[in-house]
This record gives sequence, structure tokens and C-alpha cells, in this order.
Amino acid sequence: MYKVSSKLKIFAFVLIGLGGALLTIGGFLSAPASEDAVREMLANDAAHGDDHGAAADTHQVASHDDVHGDVHASDGHGDAHASDHESEHIEHLYHQLSNKPWSALYVACFFFFMIALGCTAFYAIQKVAQAGWSPGLFRVMEGISSYLFIGGILMFVLLLATGLGANHIFTWMNPGIAEVGHENYDALVAGKTGFLNVPFWLIRAGAFLVGWNLYRWNIRKFSLKQDEEPDGNVWYKKGFKHSAMFLVFFIVTESIMSWDWIMSFDPHWFSTLFGWYVFASMFVSGITVIALVTIYLKSRGHLEFINDSHIHDLAKFMFGISIFWTYLWFSQFMLIWYSNIPEEVTYFITRIEDYNILFFGMVAINFLFPLLILMNSDFKRVNWFVVTAGIFILLGHYLDIYVMVMPATVGESWFIGMPEIGSFMLFAGIFLLVIFNTISKAPLLAKGDPFIGESKHFHY
Amino acid sequence: MSDKTIHALYTDDDVLLGAVKQVREKHYHIEEVFTPFPVHGLEKAMGIADTRLAINAFLYGIIGLTVATVMMNYIMIQDWPQNIGGKPSFSYLENMPAFVPIMFELTVFFAAHLMVITFYLRSRLWPFKSAENPDVRTTDDHFLMEIDATGKDIEEMTKFLHDTGAVEIKIIDKDAH
Repeated sequence: MYKVSSKLKIFAFVLIGLGGALLTIGGFLSAPASEDAVREMLANDAAHGDDHGAAADTHQVASHDDVHGDVHASDGHGDAHASDHESEHIEHLYHQLSNKPWSALYVACFFFFMIALGCTAFYAIQKVAQAGWSPGLFRVMEGISSYLFIGGILMFVLLLATGLGANHIFTWMNPGIAEVGHENYDALVAGKTGFLNVPFWLIRAGAFLVGWNLYRWNIRKFSLKQDEEPDGNVWYKKGFKHSAMFLVFFIVTESIMSWDWIMSFDPHWFSTLFGWYVFASMFVSGITVIALVTIYLKSRGHLEFINDSHIHDLAKFMFGISIFWTYLWFSQFMLIWYSNIPEEVTYFITRIEDYNILFFGMVAINFLFPLLILMNSDFKRVNWFVVTAGIFILLGHYLDIYVMVMPATVGESWFIGMPEIGSFMLFAGIFLLVIFNTISKAPLLAKGDPFIGESKHFHY
Repeated sequence: MSDKTIHALYTDDDVLLGAVKQVREKHYHIEEVFTPFPVHGLEKAMGIADTRLAINAFLYGIIGLTVATVMMNYIMIQDWPQNIGGKPSFSYLENMPAFVPIMFELTVFFAAHLMVITFYLRSRLWPFKSAENPDVRTTDDHFLMEIDATGKDIEEMTKFLHDTGAVEIKIIDKDAH
């Protein structure tokens, strides 16, 4: 039996405490309380000659000239429109800045949740494919997927708070957005309210979370029961059927979840392969975390039946799915770039203009690093190579989610500072506590699994 | 003294693997092993060095990528930068997404084909090449181990090979060929 070391516990608690503090102090407490606060902030920044202030100023001047200057300035209404426009700009900036800590929280919350979900999907696939190499890793996978429960609750609470109006990160939830004549009226979103309305959105989220957790709860139970009564493989067969059904349920719900939780940040935009794209992201992150936790546990001497061939297989999956992710990223990007239809291409224009380094850097990290580090068959057996590649993959996919969410909520006001790092640490701490706690609850060898013997002698 | 080789025939791949290990322990030199199908672990048992074909393929892939890039940069950007449907042909980078499918395909094309040709050259395979098969049964159900017997005690070797499970042992005079 594995026991969570006190060092790991302390580390996780420090992450939670420090992360929570950073998020609260650097995020929620320093977000501007009102539009006046933003006005004051801008004035201060300009007085100090700060970069940001200067940028905001030029932005203001430029947009003033572009939009109203030519048309109205000659009519003598220039001044009135300028102050109108300035307050509009301030309102815009105020919304972005008050969205910042919430978006940071959302991105980190979703990132760790999707790791658990990706890992659960991987686990189900291993069961259904009757893989001979992976049963030795089942307890590690069960441990990681156990975050699905706590992470699901956190995710749902966050969605619920958002749906009840605690923040404004989803623009389609603006009051009056579907009322003709209202100042927030948006005909495009109004046409989608049949799908994008808060009650239905929350019900869907709840149903998906219950479905996923039901599977995860059952399969863990079956796995433990199979250890106790391995004769006849009754529990194994049950697990097989449940996994097959889960995979069908998963691919449908995961797709809808990606529309609901990520794509609806940009309610004017849509992409058909978005569900696959988010899936690839979660799948590769899940596999990477399996590899990292396995290497950690093995280095502590708890997985003596895992050899470097298992690590090699996990690294192959990391390599392959990273390239699959890149394929989907590129397919989505290139199709939209090539046809350049205005209603689709704005999605990438905002990302290329405001998030240039992050947007392309994220692709480089997620593609080039795994490609070059993990291509060599010998490197895939070397732990520190796999760990290095794994850290880059996780970082890259955090940035991937970040670039999916942030442009719609904070726009050009993004920065990876205290709230972002803080919320990442907060959820990382919870994640580590939950998964290692579950791993310590059962023997690390699923000895009742009919393929466990093959897995122990697996050699590639 | 003439050069001699011994052909030891086996009918089972497990026996063959065992025999290869014993022969290597005895420090007899195995010249060649003929099998009708790939025997897992044979090259390890014989102590053959790993293939470097994969490294070749990687380098060929890089060549393919370079060819694609240089070709399209010359044609589409340098030589005649036309405006085709509003695509930005000012620099290679600006129009790169449109080139990626070709870059990818040429990388794979070069890596695959040049690697296969390398394989043919290294293993000396080509049409009209006369087969080097010492015994036709090795393509069907027999395994043949060829051992150098020059300057060795043939009597003792034959007995030893018989004990390793060989079903048939032939002594071949190399000069006769």
C-alpha cells in the first residue's frame, strides 16, 4: 500500500494556500471595483508614463480617430463623441479587468478537471481494448480520475455562480441580450437562446458530470471487487460493458461540453471540429499526468512491476496524441485562415493580434517539443526525458485552454500574473491531494485483472 | 587446408534460439541464419547491432521538408508572386498555412521512399538478383544456421550441434562453390 508522504501533503497545502492567496489578493481584491476606479487607474498610469497606460491611450486615440473622427469631427460634434467613446472604452476595459480573476479561476479549474476526464477516457479505452500492457497502471489511472468528483463539483459550482450572475465571463448571459430593443440586444445570440440559456446549460452540465462520475464510481468499485473475487471475471466483464457504454456517452457529452464550457465564450463563432480539438487536449494532458505520476511513484519504489517498456508506451501515446492535437489545431486554423470568412476569422484575428506569442508559442510547445524529444525510441525509456516532455505538454495545454478562453473574456488586457499563477497553484494543490489520497486507498497492483500477468511481463 | 562451413538445420524456432545461444557461448562463429519468418529475439541472441534505418528516415524527412520549402518559396514567393485569390504572397511565412499540406506530404514521401530504397541497397535486394538460399526448405519450415568451421574439429562440432537439437548437419566445402 502506498502512503502519501507528508512532504507531498505539505507541498499540496502550500500550493493551495499560496495559490488561494495570490488569486484573492492579486486577482479579486485588485480588480477594479467600478468604472471610476478604471478611469483613475488609467490616469495614474498615464501620469507615470507606464507602458500599459500609454498603450491604452494610443488605443483610445486611434479608435477615436478611426471610428468617429472622420465622420463626425468635421460636423462639430467631435468633442461630444470623444467623451462618449472614452466612457465606452472605460466600460469595456472595466469589464475585461473584472473578468480577469474569474477567467483565471475558470481556466485553471477546467484544466485540472479535463486532465481527470481525459484520464478517465483513456482508462475506459484500455479496458475496452483489452490492452495487455496497461492493467499495471490501472490504479494510477483510477487515482487520477478520482479528481473527476471533486473537480466536477468545483467546476459545477463555478458554472452555477456564473449562471447566477456572480461574474460576466459569458457574454451570452448578459441581461436583455435576447430582448428586442434592449441596449444589450444581440440578434445572433438571440437566435441561439434555444440552446444557450442558463437553465438548460446548467442542466446539461449537471447531467454530464453525473454521467461521468457514475462511470468512474462504478468502474473503481468493479476494479476493487475484481481483486476480491477474481473467479469468473464477473466484475471484469461488468467493467468492460460499462466502459464501452461510457465511451459512447463520453464522446457525445464531451463534444457538447466543449461547446458549452469553452466555445460559448465566443457565442458569435462556431467550429465543427472544436469538440475533437478539446478532446485531444484533454486526452494528451491526461496521458501525460499518468506518465508523470507513474514515474513519481516508481521512483519512490511503489511500482516494482512497472518497467521502462510501460513508460515507453505512455511516452508513445504522449507523442502520438500531441501530434493528433496539432493536426486538429492546424486543421481548424488552416481551414478558417484559408477561406477567411469574416464571421469565422475574427476568432483567430483577435488571437493573432492580441495573443501572438502565446498563441503560436503554445503550438510550438505542444508540437515541436514532444516531436523532437519523444521521437527517439531510446529517449522514451529515459525518465527525465519523459518528465521534461510531460512538463512542456502540460504547460502547453494550460496555455491552449488559456488562449481558448481569455480572448473572449479579458481581450487585450491579458497578463499571466498573480491571479493566473495563483489559481493554477490552487487547483494543482487540490488535484495532487485528491489523486494521491485515492492512490493510497487501494493496493497499487490490480491483482484480480485477467490481464495483469501479461502486463507484469510486458516488454517492448 | 580448405575452408569449411557447417549447415545445421532445425525445425523449431525455440530450439533454434536455444542453439544460437549455445553456439555463441562455445565461441563458434555464426555466419548466417536462414529462417522462413521473423523469429523474435533472434538478432539479439546473435548479437547483431541495431539498425540505423530510423535515423536515415529522419534525415530523409528533413531533406523532404527542405525540398518542399525551397521549392514553394522559389515558385510562389520569389519567382512569380501573383495574387491568387487574395493569398498573401509577400513572404513565405505569411502564406505558410497553405504550404503545410505539401510540406507534410513531401516530408513523408522522402522519408518513406528513400528509407525503403536504403533498405534495398543495404540488404542487396533487386529484381533479377539470384537467390542466396542454401536450402529451399528454409523458406517453408526449416531453420538453417551456417557456422564457420575453418580450423575447427569437425567431429566435435557435429556432435555439439546435434546436441543442440539440429535435425540435419551438413559439412560444406567452401571451395566447392
